[in-house]
Amino acid sequence: MKYTAFSSRNAKEIIRDPLSILFGIGFPVILILLMQLMKASIKDMPPEMFQVADFAPGMAVFGLSFITLFLGLLIANDRNSSFLMRLFASPMTGLDYILGYSLPMLPIAILQCAACFLTALFFGLPFSLNTLLAVVVLIPVAVLFSALGLLLGSILSVSQVGGISSLIINVAAWLSGVWFNLDMIGGVFKNICYLLPFAHAVDSVKAAVSGDYGQILPHIAWVMGYALLVYILAIGCFKKRMKS
Amino acid sequence: MNGIEIINLSKTFKNRTAVDALNLSIQQGEMFALLGQNGAGKTTTIKMLSGLLSPTSGDAKLMGNSIVTQTAAVKQIISVSPQETAVAPKLSARENLILIARIYGFSAKDAARKADEMLETFTLTERAKDKAKSLSGGMQRRLSIAMALISDPQILFLDEPTLGLDVRARRDLWKHIEQLKGKITILLTTHYLEEAEALADRIGIMSRGRMQIIGSASEIKEKTGKVTLEDAFLALTEGEEALQ
Repeated sequence: MKYTAFSSRNAKEIIRDPLSILFGIGFPVILILLMQLMKASIKDMPPEMFQVADFAPGMAVFGLSFITLFLGLLIANDRNSSFLMRLFASPMTGLDYILGYSLPMLPIAILQCAACFLTALFFGLPFSLNTLLAVVVLIPVAVLFSALGLLLGSILSVSQVGGISSLIINVAAWLSGVWFNLDMIGGVFKNICYLLPFAHAVDSVKAAVSGDYGQILPHIAWVMGYALLVYILAIGCFKKRMKS
Repeated sequence: MNGIEIINLSKTFKNRTAVDALNLSIQQGEMFALLGQNGAGKTTTIKMLSGLLSPTSGDAKLMGNSIVTQTAAVKQIISVSPQETAVAPKLSARENLILIARIYGFSAKDAARKADEMLETFTLTERAKDKAKSLSGGMQRRLSIAMALISDPQILFLDEPTLGLDVRARRDLWKHIEQLKGKITILLTTHYLEEAEALADRIGIMSRGRMQIIGSASEIKEKTGKVTLEDAFLALTEGEEALQ
């Protein structure tokens, strides 16, 4: 049960940083507000653009991408300050570290998703069991971004984590179909987007919100596959770091 | 049984030998200071003894437990206070102490009780609720050592405990370290020769990964024919700088 004490510490470290709350929860909520107010004020805007049922799932995924930044920075800072050296000399096992760093991300992720969907409810997203299902579908997405954070924090310095995480956040935003329909560009660009997990993440949450249950699994399987691969890689790198 | 028994311990990094066939016995309750210039092998020795690095060859027994074959048992009875202050910055002083106690298996109630005892011992009670990052350098170092002691270790490794502290904070910390003499086995590394002379029962001077001499400060001065420990240190490590 050593990981419970460690995960509680990690949750406090992240929550006590006001920037984490501002970016992780506030930023996607502000974007939903802005886009929906803009949509309401521009009468000629095509009705399918930034439709709340499509845009809110995208923003929920976008919000979760900040987990990579939070977790990566936390681990890199721990390494930088010798805090991890103290812990590596303690009886904690590799599994304690992985669980201790990953588990606090789940409640934070659920809070992020809840904030996005609650905001969307004010703009006409109907509340149903599908909304709750969407939150469940977002859990593997949160696991994927946690794995990326664990990987970056294990191999990069604090400043490098900041840069690479920003790149991942941007890739997750622009190649996932949040801002524009990927069919508008199509071709190689669309194929590349669907080789990555981010467009699948958004599509699986959209499918959950709209009640298109058959479309959830094919998309979320991509996300889970990526999450598993990145976790294996991250655990390998972290364990190597423990011994070096 | 000795607290620490080092037998032909060596560590090689590619083609550089950091620690070369080190042999050393430290009695239970003894405070032993390891001196040497940068790169002499002090920190590498501590890292091997605390299970952070695997030795290339040789072994060490800590309270009879091998660092090669009984790493888990070793980690349960040791504690490390790393060279740099290793505290969780956004946790309060009390939360930092409770975290470490919980990691070493104390119940929540016992961890809280031990934390309060440590705060009292290290005169940190008034700042118990303040975040660790807001404490002065001297207080952070005291907290770091308190965190190392809260698990009731049988062996404590203090790596440069007063590095970077002003004279008053250093003397203050000496008082706390002196109180530990005879109670637990302590291996201390330091660059401050007067610190070793004031605190340690015996001193070992390492150069180029090898132990050059072991004895009390007066024995070392007598054996080298020098008036001060500094002169003896310089004589024993002569030529090392040219090789670095």
